[in-house]
Amino acid sequence: MSTTTVAHHEEHSDHPTGIMRWLTTTNHKDIGTMYLTFSLVMFLVGGAMVLGIRAELFQPGLQLMNPDFYNQLIGVHALIMIFAALMPAATGFANWMIPLQIGAPDMALPRLNNWGFWLLPPSAILLTLPFTLALFGIGDGAIATGWTFYPPLSVQGGIGVDFAIFAVHLLGVSSVMGSINIIVTLFNMRAPGMTLMKMPMFAWGWLITAFLLVATIPVLAGAVTMLLTDRHFGTHFFDAAGGGDPIMFQHLFWFFGHPEVYILLLPVWGFIPQILQTFSRKPMYGYKAQVYSLWAIGALAVVVWAHHFFTAGMPVPALLYFMYSTMAISLPLAVLFFCWIKTMWKGSMSFETPMLFAVGWIILFGIGGLTGLVLADVAADAQYHNSYFVVAHFHYTLFAGGIMGIMAGVYYWLPKMTGHMYNEKLGKLHFWLTAISFNVTFIPQFFVGLAGMPRRIPDYALQFAEFNMISTIGAFILGFSQLLFVYNIIMCAKGGQKATDKVWEGAEGLEWTLSSPPPYHSFNEQPVIK
Amino acid sequence: MATHSENQYFVPHGSIYPSILSAGLLSMAAGFVFSVATDRGGDSLAYLEGPGKWMMYFGLAVVLFMMFKWLGTVVTESVTGKYKNWEDKSFRWGMIVFIASEVAFFAAFFGALFYMRVLSVPDLAGFDPNFTPYKDFLGTWPSQGPGGVVLGETFEPNPAFKPMHWMGLPLINTVLLLTSGATITWAHWGLIKNNRKQLIIGMALTVALGIAFLICQGLEYHHAYTEMGLTLGSGAYGATFFMLTGFHGFHVTIGTLMLIVILLRCMKGHFTPEHHFGFEGVAWYWHFVDVVWLGLFIFVYML
Ligand code: HEM
Ligand SMILES: [Cu+2]
Repeated sequence: MSTTTVAHHEEHSDHPTGIMRWLTTTNHKDIGTMYLTFSLVMFLVGGAMVLGIRAELFQPGLQLMNPDFYNQLIGVHALIMIFAALMPAATGFANWMIPLQIGAPDMALPRLNNWGFWLLPPSAILLTLPFTLALFGIGDGAIATGWTFYPPLSVQGGIGVDFAIFAVHLLGVSSVMGSINIIVTLFNMRAPGMTLMKMPMFAWGWLITAFLLVATIPVLAGAVTMLLTDRHFGTHFFDAAGGGDPIMFQHLFWFFGHPEVYILLLPVWGFIPQILQTFSRKPMYGYKAQVYSLWAIGALAVVVWAHHFFTAGMPVPALLYFMYSTMAISLPLAVLFFCWIKTMWKGSMSFETPMLFAVGWIILFGIGGLTGLVLADVAADAQYHNSYFVVAHFHYTLFAGGIMGIMAGVYYWLPKMTGHMYNEKLGKLHFWLTAISFNVTFIPQFFVGLAGMPRRIPDYALQFAEFNMISTIGAFILGFSQLLFVYNIIMCAKGGQKATDKVWEGAEGLEWTLSSPPPYHSFNEQPVIK
Repeated sequence: MATHSENQYFVPHGSIYPSILSAGLLSMAAGFVFSVATDRGGDSLAYLEGPGKWMMYFGLAVVLFMMFKWLGTVVTESVTGKYKNWEDKSFRWGMIVFIASEVAFFAAFFGALFYMRVLSVPDLAGFDPNFTPYKDFLGTWPSQGPGGVVLGETFEPNPAFKPMHWMGLPLINTVLLLTSGATITWAHWGLIKNNRKQLIIGMALTVALGIAFLICQGLEYHHAYTEMGLTLGSGAYGATFFMLTGFHGFHVTIGTLMLIVILLRCMKGHFTPEHHFGFEGVAWYWHFVDVVWLGLFIFVYML
């Protein structure tokens, strides 16, 4: 099926080499590789920052840094992890796998695709530059408001806020360009015979993600633009003296922010069922139910935003509405969980690293979802809001549900992408170290949060000391375990046991019909799906 | 879905333009931040202002040049017949999704307008008089807000402030834009009928109407700033008024530039009755700008 009549490609096989290859490439595999590599690098950068935070929290009192710098680390850590690690990883997979999975010759708009990636490094520079500038006495460092940019702090803040605003603008343009490309590819490039309801689940997850991005990223862009004009051009959007309202920013931000958490996860919900089916050696359970659930979640995602600031003050009917609509999301989510478990049910399962990550993912992400339900309860949230309980909740969803899901995908597709098997023993070790140290890090945060420890504050009451110490130890093990992951990926890219075309015994789908690694140009002749 | 007879999708050569374009954006953004660094970073950063401006202009030049080259390549590819129906369909979908994202962008500012007008301004007037610094504030729209000290800066509403009335320039602008929507459609009919004269006259009229709109808007802004005490800093009304009409005007500017390019391409005979996505994409964009204006006219000016 992988007929490679490259003659129709304008770029032939004489594409430039070295740095020019990467700067100019329009090839979806090259671009996917760049996204994934960038993501991994930024994951390590963001991880290093948070180790600084956990080191400071190892003991009560201020040891290593002043509170302002602490808050800068918190804010930039979050922005990097969300926008520069998790989102690019999902986009990298989209670039690599969507054309292969739907039998397309490439992404629909290849040059735009290249631009989507090359907007990322400038954004990363904008985010981190203020740290460097501060070393030279320019400004007082990076954004210190957390990733949420709340005014009035963000209106008062120094040049770090401006840099972050523009970073968000560039990241936003990148996401919208990526989304346009993915939507167009899915609508226009599918192999003949592949109807929408025959698309792989990963494609579905990304289609809805892309819709959410197009609907919400521009709203974030608008919101931070208002911040910028409030800071420099005398507008009063978030200033009561002029009739504005800081809480309006929270509305605008979370109109983007809540869908964003699904943007981060929907691609993962796409490929996890594919992994489960591969290693259970039986077809995915409830394909249609999953597709409809993804739609339901995508639709609900844009109407629940105010659950992030129940305590800011709202009329009671609004509280009730946002509480119940938030809780309603758990219904389609429960359908998904059911389908994932039923996919494994009575399968002839084996537990290679991707499957270990996928199964661990279901459990840990499940905890994230359940604790979200607790937070959605207005009465309870008055206690938990802005506490470490929230921090633990969203790390169960974003680290376990997001990053560990991505890791499952990396191990699953790495042999296809590189043509070599990774080291299975190391992979398993990486899984167990990650899963265990993750829990060691974050379970204590539930407890200190319930007991009232606030987030984003570098010092804490003595009663929280033991739990914080445990959490810090967990975090350092977690952080250094990731070096195994990096090592494994590098070794796998360099060489190792040859991977077969199918790689996994139970693998289904068009990407497994190509050689490993696939030819530079695949599916110049589209396969016909029956 | 793609018809199978043309299963050779055009995948272009590698291109250096996108990455240089991004570098230009970086320079623009960082330059801007430096140029306004004193605002929130203190006077000690004043020396950054000059270099910042240069960085910004340099970045802008790079961006414009790269866009020129990039779009030039697209035009060349188009006229040399690289794009068939399959590629054409990609561009159509792409443009639709892009316009959808623009709608979302404007929605943020409309949302801010509704929020302030319906919620925050009346709320500020509605506090218990014993506990509010805004005792005398009426909370009616249009509003500059109650005034007061925020973040160490005092804001006082301008007593000379007047809101913009919908009669006069805004009404003229509405007529101009609606007419331009008609002329571009007329030009499109000309294109489909292969009537070059109708096409070019229609396009030229559309461009002229777009420019006339921008001139009127310039006059309107001048009037607002010099005679009505209405500025970007005029509280809730001023902020939403200028940001909404300003971003719209920016889109009209871009749209007019694109129309000019399309007009030139029409004169060169780049488009055929069957194959003219470039024309249609810009026409769609123009209609979108038109519809946004109607929203502005109703919600910003009239109501
Ligand atoms: C049924 C599922 C879920 C429910 C009911 C839920 C509910 C909530 C609520 C009510 C909050 C606000 C807590 C507070 O600040 O007081 C919250 C915070 C958060 N949630 Fe969830 N959540 C769910 C799933 C998820 C998922 C899947 C993700 C991510 C992929 C996620 C990411 C976050 C993040 C990042 C925050 C904190 C944002 C911040 O303040 O910085 N949640 N969640
Ligand atoms: Cu939420």
